Amino acid sequence: MIQPSSPDMVTVNIDGREIAVPKGTNVIEAARRASVDVPFYCYHPKLTVVGNCRMCLVELGMPAVDPATKAPVMDPATGKQKINWGRGPTIACAANVAPGMHVRTTSPVVKECREGVMEFLLINHPLDCPICDQAGECKLQEQSTGYGRGYSRFVEQKNVKPKRTLLGPRVMLDDERCILCSRCVRFSKEIAGDDVLGFTDRGSYSTLTCYPGKKLENNYSLNTVDICPVGALTSTDFRFKMRVWFLKQTNSIDTESSVGANTVVWSREGAVYRITPRQNDGVNDTWMADSGRVLYKEIRSPGRLASVRVDGSESALDFAVKAAADLLAAGGVAVVGSGRSSVEEQFLTARLAEAAKARSWLVPRVGEGDKLLVSADRNPNVRGALVTGLIAALPSAGLDALGKGIDSGAVRTVVSVGEDLAAAGLSAAQIAKVSVIHMGTHASATSEAARVLFPTLTVFEKNGTFVNQQFRIQRFAKAVPGPVGAADDLVVLARLVAAAGGPVLGADVGSLWPAIAAGVPALAAMNYGNIPDTGLLLDGTPWAGLPYAEGPTLHFKPAAATQEAPRV
Amino acid sequence: MKLSAETLRGIDEVITHYPVKRSAALPLLHLVQEDQGFISAEAIEWIAAKLELQPINIYELVTFYPMFRQKPAGRRHIKVCRTLSCAIMGGYRTCAEFQRQFGTGLGEVSPDGEVTVEFVECLASCGTAPVVMIDDQLHEKVDQAKARELSDRIKAESRATAGTR
Amino acid sequence: MPSPEQHRLIFRHIDEAGYSNDLACYVRNGGYEVLRKSVLRKPEELIDEVKKSGLRGRGGAGFPCGTKWSLVDRKSGKPIYLVVNADESEPGTFKDRYIIHRDPHQMIEGIMISCFANKVERAYIYIRGEFPEGAKILEKAIAEARSAGFTGPNILGSGYGCEIYVHRGAGAYICGEETGLIESLEGKRPYPRIKPPYFPAVLGLYQCPTIVNNVETLCHVKHIADMGGEAYSRIGTPGNTGTRILCVSGHVRRPGYYEFEVGKVTMGQLLNEVCGGPLPGRTFKAVIPGGSSAKVLRFGERYKGKRKAGAEMVDYDWGVEDIPMDFDSLAMIGSMGGSGGVIVMDDSTSMVEALGNINAFYSHESCGQCTPCREGSLWMKKITARMVHGEARPEDGPLLKSVADQIAGRTICAFGEACAWPTQSFIAKFGDEFKGYAEAKKAPRPDGVPELV
Repeated sequence: MIQPSSPDMVTVNIDGREIAVPKGTNVIEAARRASVDVPFYCYHPKLTVVGNCRMCLVELGMPAVDPATKAPVMDPATGKQKINWGRGPTIACAANVAPGMHVRTTSPVVKECREGVMEFLLINHPLDCPICDQAGECKLQEQSTGYGRGYSRFVEQKNVKPKRTLLGPRVMLDDERCILCSRCVRFSKEIAGDDVLGFTDRGSYSTLTCYPGKKLENNYSLNTVDICPVGALTSTDFRFKMRVWFLKQTNSIDTESSVGANTVVWSREGAVYRITPRQNDGVNDTWMADSGRVLYKEIRSPGRLASVRVDGSESALDFAVKAAADLLAAGGVAVVGSGRSSVEEQFLTARLAEAAKARSWLVPRVGEGDKLLVSADRNPNVRGALVTGLIAALPSAGLDALGKGIDSGAVRTVVSVGEDLAAAGLSAAQIAKVSVIHMGTHASATSEAARVLFPTLTVFEKNGTFVNQQFRIQRFAKAVPGPVGAADDLVVLARLVAAAGGPVLGADVGSLWPAIAAGVPALAAMNYGNIPDTGLLLDGTPWAGLPYAEGPTLHFKPAAATQEAPRV
Repeated sequence: MKLSAETLRGIDEVITHYPVKRSAALPLLHLVQEDQGFISAEAIEWIAAKLELQPINIYELVTFYPMFRQKPAGRRHIKVCRTLSCAIMGGYRTCAEFQRQFGTGLGEVSPDGEVTVEFVECLASCGTAPVVMIDDQLHEKVDQAKARELSDRIKAESRATAGTR
Repeated sequence: MPSPEQHRLIFRHIDEAGYSNDLACYVRNGGYEVLRKSVLRKPEELIDEVKKSGLRGRGGAGFPCGTKWSLVDRKSGKPIYLVVNADESEPGTFKDRYIIHRDPHQMIEGIMISCFANKVERAYIYIRGEFPEGAKILEKAIAEARSAGFTGPNILGSGYGCEIYVHRGAGAYICGEETGLIESLEGKRPYPRIKPPYFPAVLGLYQCPTIVNNVETLCHVKHIADMGGEAYSRIGTPGNTGTRILCVSGHVRRPGYYEFEVGKVTMGQLLNEVCGGPLPGRTFKAVIPGGSSAKVLRFGERYKGKRKAGAEMVDYDWGVEDIPMDFDSLAMIGSMGGSGGVIVMDDSTSMVEALGNINAFYSHESCGQCTPCREGSLWMKKITARMVHGEARPEDGPLLKSVADQIAGRTICAFGEACAWPTQSFIAKFGDEFKGYAEAKKAPRPDGVPELV
């Protein structure tokens, strides 16, 4: 027996291979670490274990010891310690590893168990694959192919249950497809805190139901669609839109709030079809809010800016950069950055402010936190602005001081990187009084008023990083190309920095990062390429004690504030 | 929701029997059904609120347990056991006889509103099969002849009390 | 050999003229004297007596009661609960009904002694919803006992207190499964719990250590406390001690309840002498010895092997009539003692229809939580229903057995075995009838043979 490397590790034997796993691991997870697949439906690592699907049945055995002397009992046939196998199969999800435990997943008994369960799951299951959205990511399809018998012996009438019931605005239910695993019921109760789903009737006629009159409409309802192993719960937004095997998956970050939930953006031929959560046990487990999933619709929403303009006329990028540089050279510049910009964009914005001898502001967005995955700070990257030095204090006061500067005449040109100044609190008169250089994605009062206008990209169309409320730096990647006429934010910012007399810096994440690592103490000795998919925790102590707006969320506990909110 | 004072007293008392309020769900459902004759949607929501639960938690129970009904039954509720011992002693024929006597189908209210006839599972009196429960009363050795007799009694009693209803 | 006399220990007063279910009658007959003695003893002593007695549960599983009590977690600091399983729903069983309706105080005394022994301060009687009179009788009996100090805050001045509450079920057989019962008591859908980790002795009612015992078992505890565990263990046969109430129903002349020392009466004595044999003009065909979940026995088959008799191994060669009615013998020949519900079928019965009836019961009662039982029980029902009312195919028998084999041993609770064993055993023993059923059912149905499904 291999000695476990530490007292918290337990050595088990899975299909003849020994492996050490942490104490408390269940057999499904232990097998996963040994690259052995144990199929399941109802088990979910973030929900309570119920053990009702019976698909994960395996054979378990413990080494035999003499009950009196505790000496090992040997098996003369093999010369090794005898293994007392259980009388029958046991479910792996509810079995925690014990020292010396032996697991068999390929024996004839286990094979029969799986074929039996698959047959049972399919006898009342409707032949909906051709019209079911789950096809291609359906556990029933995968496991019947991998572990099923391959034919059915059922010649009776299948059960009829309600089909295509709208459970809520975003979730459609087909009861015939439901295998009664109860993942959705457990999720709604345990994670979303909205106990609205349950089973009615009994036996094989059990039916998943929402209480008549109530809806499944909480802001986490779509997670039930993610975790439903079959096509019983489907997204109304995604319904009938695209087959999943055509979709490309790109890792991204939810920009809805400073939680920075990890996501996957699913796209095909330049169009995004849906967003789903990506597992990050340090940030969002396997969940995300419904409100973050619709953000991809902004890509094609009306008002998308499509051409570089100078004083209203279409213009070439070079000409616009020159016009902006002239405005900047005239002095009296203020820079309004964004908590929605990436770390790289904020780094360049800070360089621009330096070069133009301008003060920087950030637009605050504070809402109500839901204690789960939407925090009170609705900017995803305020901490990126702190880390890159774009701002030194939290933007709680908004743009009031900037407004005073405009009124007094001290500020004559405002560079707005991705923010609508009107929505941020400046009056129409104030905006009209200054020359505005604006980078943005959609039409707004600011884009109308801008003398120099650069159309730029949404988070789905570019690469970058954000720093979330935990001071975790996380990457997001480009899923689809931007519209014709839009320019990459880093390209525009780098050109403006150079034109304003600042240094010549890289215009893409790869070539820019050496400068960032050199110039930002918190990001020293890092490069974009080796930030892990689950992000990297930075040392946030220089900004600890600031009066952050956020309360607790799933994996975040606010520290006590030691500094007062600065009065600007 | 209109419940008698006695029912309300019973409800408040039974809740004290349990350290966790949810346990009182079945007792409350029994009390409400005895009072109103069935469990309405209003009752489900009222009981849920009373026990600080969600309506789905009560709805799940009402649909699981066959003794709870969501629609009123006939004036008399005839339940015929259909499990093995009673079946081999003629339980199915007994049930057919009741249905014939009142001209009614299974599980529905008879045309004259008098009875609901339905099957139930083993009533734990197999030695005196076939057995039938009429409301809360157990009747033993109910063959077709006795079924006719019991039906006649029900009809006679119904006629006699018709004036008081 | 003539059958032994009944040994009416639990059922002493059932059917006694003039015996009523009130406290006064019970006390007149020596009631609560054992409780009086017991509260003066150490609780551990009483548990010891039960262990020595060899008492096995009378609800169906036959699990040693003393062992069950000793598995209770007494170190957690959480309150220990006792739950009385009065959900008697196993088809063929009708004994607890009479204890509850006619001698409730015997049960209450047994409950109180068991509670005292296990330091339980709160007990619940989970009574099936279809015993509404029984629930009222129990509530009245508890109130009477409470006024007299036999239950409640300070029992017989001992300082020990325990409250008993009656909790009515509402028509679900699965509430007879101990963890299903606990879920139902907690006000949820009665879905049995996975074991491990939810063994009631450790994580039971409200996640506290809980003992779930059958009504009859608790009555036996009273008698054990009275005569001592050792004396009790001399009643009955080794490993199968005490008495048990056998409930005989179906095609016999005198169906009913009969209490015998365990293992001292054989199936043949029970059915032919005590119950008067088959109905006129009929012969016995099949018998289910322990409630409908038990495997069926075919009259005419033989059981051979070696069994332990004292210290030796002896040969046995039995017909159905020779089987002693105890847990071990019935298990040995491939069935079980179960709940003691003996269902007798004679040659007028079609085994296909009988299985159809049983399958309809189990598919209706399946809670639906786990895949094999939920889908398998309904599938088996659909097959037998089709055979009886539609087209019966020769391969349906083997198909039924194959489906049943995919259920047993794969489920969360013993309901899987309960719904699979009937099918497995009917096909094993009467497979020829299933094969020939398509042909056989073309013949006109004889008068007086009722429909079963």
